[in-house]
Amino acid sequence: MTSEAIKARLRELCSRRAPDLADEDDIFEVGGVNSLFAIELLTFVEEGFRIRLEDEDLDRKFFRSINAMAALVERKLDAQG
Amino acid sequence: MDAWLDSRQSELQSEFRAFASSQIAPRAAEFDRQEAIPSGFLKGLGKQGYLATHVPSEYGGRGLDATSYGLLHEEFGRACSSTRTLLTVHDMVAEVILRLGGQRLRETWLPALAAGHRLAAFALTEPEAGSDAGAMRTVASRAGDDYLLTGSKRWISFGQIADLFLVVARIGEDGPTAGFLVERDSPGLTITPMKGLLGLRGSMLAELDLDNCRISRDSRVGSEEMPAGLVAGTALHLGRYAVAWGCVGLADRCVEASFRYGSERKQFGVSLDEHQLIQRMLANMVVEVRAARLLCLEAGRLRETRDAAAIEGTLIAKYFAARMANRVASDAVQIHGAEGVSSVGPVERLFRDARVMTIIEGSSQIQQIMIAGYGKAEHGARGSGSE
Repeated sequence: MTSEAIKARLRELCSRRAPDLADEDDIFEVGGVNSLFAIELLTFVEEGFRIRLEDEDLDRKFFRSINAMAALVERKLDAQG
Repeated sequence: MDAWLDSRQSELQSEFRAFASSQIAPRAAEFDRQEAIPSGFLKGLGKQGYLATHVPSEYGGRGLDATSYGLLHEEFGRACSSTRTLLTVHDMVAEVILRLGGQRLRETWLPALAAGHRLAAFALTEPEAGSDAGAMRTVASRAGDDYLLTGSKRWISFGQIADLFLVVARIGEDGPTAGFLVERDSPGLTITPMKGLLGLRGSMLAELDLDNCRISRDSRVGSEEMPAGLVAGTALHLGRYAVAWGCVGLADRCVEASFRYGSERKQFGVSLDEHQLIQRMLANMVVEVRAARLLCLEAGRLRETRDAAAIEGTLIAKYFAARMANRVASDAVQIHGAEGVSSVGPVERLFRDARVMTIIEGSSQIQQIMIAGYGKAEHGARGSGSE
């Protein structure tokens, strides 16, 4: 899966909560995000890309923006081979 | 067999119903009257395999799928909502440890929670902060290898007897929130019972005062850098699902009682259930319970498939089921007449318990705000095309 394809899927989910979110925007700083959004993001990343997040992946910096999540997904997909 | 369940789920449903109806329901009025459930009785639920049932077997749980987990709460909710509440809050703590706690905390706590050796309570709400998590004042300050927790928590279900508290607090005055496991005998923790509730009287609420309560850094759940709201959101996501199913059980109990009373009580020469205005109420009750149950089943299916839509599905199920339980319990009181407002029968307690459901694990108004947000994203986008 290309980096752009990963970002496109992440944008689709994020746009439901924060319609004007740019790839580099801090998701947790913009409006429209509630406390359940973090779980939604985790679930979407794990199931949407068929990757397993480890304890050390549960860090704000990996979920801060579409760019950050895309980098996390790419790293996990590469590790899975 | 229920058409929505597979054979394993049906077997479990029968097991849960047999246990709850024989071991819990007969004592529900006593728990309500005494505003307490004996600690030994609650810990015994673990020994019999009814605590932290969603936890995988490698940590001592039964590894129940989401639907079976819901069925357990339905049957406990039918028998006694106060006892069901223990399952819910205890399991919310187990859920956070399971999902976010890391291997060390999982191995330390989950087997003890599943076996009932320790009872757990979830400490989120504060005197000045309920749904508004941003107003949370409880602070965890670093002190060498420890944290010092300072603040107050209120309306903590089973706080009177819990051995372990999952306390949500800020790291520093303006920092992000995190979860901390606080044992009952921790220095600086004072527990004060809260009495006089309208419903769920057996849920043994307490207020917690934390005054420089010292806990080790190892007691923090997950890292300090977890995404905002993850601890509270993880706990509430399970709690809302459990409460929704509990509401279905409570309301179904109201329907059963109403049909029984309606067939026994005679007015104007015929049984109550032959009067069309009573039939109207009974019909609405049947339909309402079934609708709520289908929403719970849908939420369960979404959880089992790890679909991100499970968040929205759970909110909708809890919102509808809690309001439904109020309507159905109210009609049950009406059908029972004077008996409905007396403690001689179960519906007076069921009515009081139902009233609490639109408040706990997020008020119905909070659920509405979030559901409206999801609805806007879905329907707003769909409606943006040309017409």
